[in-house]
Amino acid sequence: MAVVTVERKPLSFLERTYLPNIAAGLATTFKRMVQPVETLEYPEQRPAIPAGYRGVPTLVYDPNGREKCVSCQLCEFVCPPKAIRITPGEIAHDDANAHVEKRPEEFKIDMLRCIYCGLCQEVCPEEAIWLQNQYSMTGYTREEMVNDKKRLYELGGTLPDSHFKWDKKAAAEKAAHAGGHH
Amino acid sequence: MSDLLFHIFALLSVACALGVVFNKNAVASALCFLLSLVGVAGLFVLLDAFLLAVLLVLVYAGAVVALFLFIIMLLDMQGGDRKRFTKATILSSTVAAGLLVTGLVSFASHGLVETADPATVKVVGSSLRAYAEQLFTVYLLPVQIVGFLLLIAMLGVIVLSKKFEGLEDVK
Amino acid sequence: MFDFYFELPLLLRLLLQGTVVILVLFPLAAACSMAERKISAWIQGRPGPNRTKPPLAGFLAPLGLVASIPVLGTLLQKLGIFQLAADGGKFTFKEDPVPGHVNKFYFILAPIASMIPALSTVAFVPFGAYFNAAGELVPVALAHVDVGLLAVFALGSLGVYSLILAGWASNSKYPFLGGVRASAQLISYELSMTLSVLPVFLWVNAPGGQGTLSLFEVVQSQSQPGFWGGTWYVMTMPVSAFIFLIALFAETNRQPFDMPESEADLVGGFHTEYGAFKWSLFFVAEYAHMIVGSGIFCLLFLGGWNPLPWVSLADTIHALANILPCVSTPLFMGLIAIGIFLGKVGFFIFFFMWVRWTLPRFRYDQVMTLGWKKLLPLSIANLIVYALGIAWLQTR
Repeated sequence: MAVVTVERKPLSFLERTYLPNIAAGLATTFKRMVQPVETLEYPEQRPAIPAGYRGVPTLVYDPNGREKCVSCQLCEFVCPPKAIRITPGEIAHDDANAHVEKRPEEFKIDMLRCIYCGLCQEVCPEEAIWLQNQYSMTGYTREEMVNDKKRLYELGGTLPDSHFKWDKKAAAEKAAHAGGHH
Repeated sequence: MSDLLFHIFALLSVACALGVVFNKNAVASALCFLLSLVGVAGLFVLLDAFLLAVLLVLVYAGAVVALFLFIIMLLDMQGGDRKRFTKATILSSTVAAGLLVTGLVSFASHGLVETADPATVKVVGSSLRAYAEQLFTVYLLPVQIVGFLLLIAMLGVIVLSKKFEGLEDVK
Repeated sequence: MFDFYFELPLLLRLLLQGTVVILVLFPLAAACSMAERKISAWIQGRPGPNRTKPPLAGFLAPLGLVASIPVLGTLLQKLGIFQLAADGGKFTFKEDPVPGHVNKFYFILAPIASMIPALSTVAFVPFGAYFNAAGELVPVALAHVDVGLLAVFALGSLGVYSLILAGWASNSKYPFLGGVRASAQLISYELSMTLSVLPVFLWVNAPGGQGTLSLFEVVQSQSQPGFWGGTWYVMTMPVSAFIFLIALFAETNRQPFDMPESEADLVGGFHTEYGAFKWSLFFVAEYAHMIVGSGIFCLLFLGGWNPLPWVSLADTIHALANILPCVSTPLFMGLIAIGIFLGKVGFFIFFFMWVRWTLPRFRYDQVMTLGWKKLLPLSIANLIVYALGIAWLQTR
């Protein structure tokens, strides 16, 4: 790599007195003083969250109100800080979503451990866990900082996608049974 | 009122002067010196010599004692054990104290200290103008000599404290 | 109307005046801390403290009532006035720790010693003037003495002891370095400061007159009729004003000269070991020094209580008296003069803060070089040039 020696110019007399630069600095700060403030009045004004923001991980329903999570536990395995604990459960036979077979019995994310890496969202085959806009998690106790299933769905809400993979699969199976080709 | 203030200031300056001598801690000594100077400045104020009082505070209390403290702190002098008196010191200090007392007594008893009527004495320290006139007429030579001495002292300090490039190699 | 006041014994009157001045200066110095926070915030594009609002219940209810006045209350809240009150309360009531390794007596003495010069210098600063019945201008000052400026310098120079003592008594290395820096810096800049004001007094003390160092006389000589009588000394002696201003920055330990504090390299400098009330005393003292220093600058170079160059206080009073007759009473005249003077001082306080939040700190060796190798020769040269010039002008 070529070495370039930069000639350091000797300072002129005015520069050595610091004064022109001090005046320029004062002018800059004065201009800054009359401009509007850059900050937000936080609790009243909230920052605009950009798309793709990785906030607090949440669980979502599909538009029919079905829990999208099927408790495959991939997120639990991939989670680097081991913040996720899932208790898998079976869906009762008389349930409308019985064909999905599994759902989480309990789903806990310890927000004191979570590092907001987004691996759970990336690994989820069901698009059931999402890191959303929520960026402020506070609590007085350690227990409060563990989000359970109820809270996760409260935070997550409904994901407006309409491919209804499980319903289509159930319908296809039903059609196959009816047709009896196999 | 004025008498009371005189006693207060006189007591302050004498007590603090004793404090300077007897304090083991060098910083405490310097601060006692400061208070003593303030006491003397108060006495000057009582004599209507505002200028002298202010100059005393400005030069001695403001700068000289601060330099003392600076040096004490820089060299970290904490007093330490007192040196024992040697016979020579005892002898010489006794002689000096004796001479001082004899001199004072002879001055006082022979009436050499004139106590003129306060009204006729010119107060040269009171107004700036009178003070400056004295300084630039009657006492011009002493002022110049003292200034010259100080200049020599300053040059001496610079020569002593300056590190000469050539001497570095000798070490 | 105020005759009863002048019938009080002199000692009681002086005591009252002194108390009033201190009662004004102390909160003013404290308010400077809020001004500092607000100005720094504005320069940095933030709103600064604007939230604190006292509750309407409990012992703070009177303050809460003020805060709930529709427009004024909101304005005060936005300006952080209640935050200031809360800060004051906090500094007064929070635990005041004394570290185990300090020299207790001097550690406690230092903040008290810082208040003495800070509050006593103001006694020699005339902060206004009024015309008495005989039509003479009378200064409003606690002590109108002939040696005015020297007295301020003398008392102000005692301010260094609180820093030295604090640094030494703290018995740890950063405060100690801060104390050593303070002593060297303050002595260095005192010289240039004193030399820079000499041309002003050379000009004021024309030959044949009674020599004076009174600040009131300086203002008087800037409020004479005619072109040269009405100019402010900042115009005729800009170099003096410049040196004085720089030395003032250094003497009050403000940026870019806050070597004793320099929180980047010395943690907090001389006040590292201090907290709570003792710490706040140091800061009130620093701001009080700033206020008094700005006042001296205004008196020496900016015409004191004269509103504009070539427009003296007397002209203003006469012009105003045509519109409002009540202006010509001594009380109103005094208030107008004090108001003009405080306005100028306020601008300088702002300037101090503006500079603080603009410039980085000098290195210590740069401070010393600037003081001894640049400012001192400059001020001596300035003195010689003006001495020759004034001698030529006044003996012509």
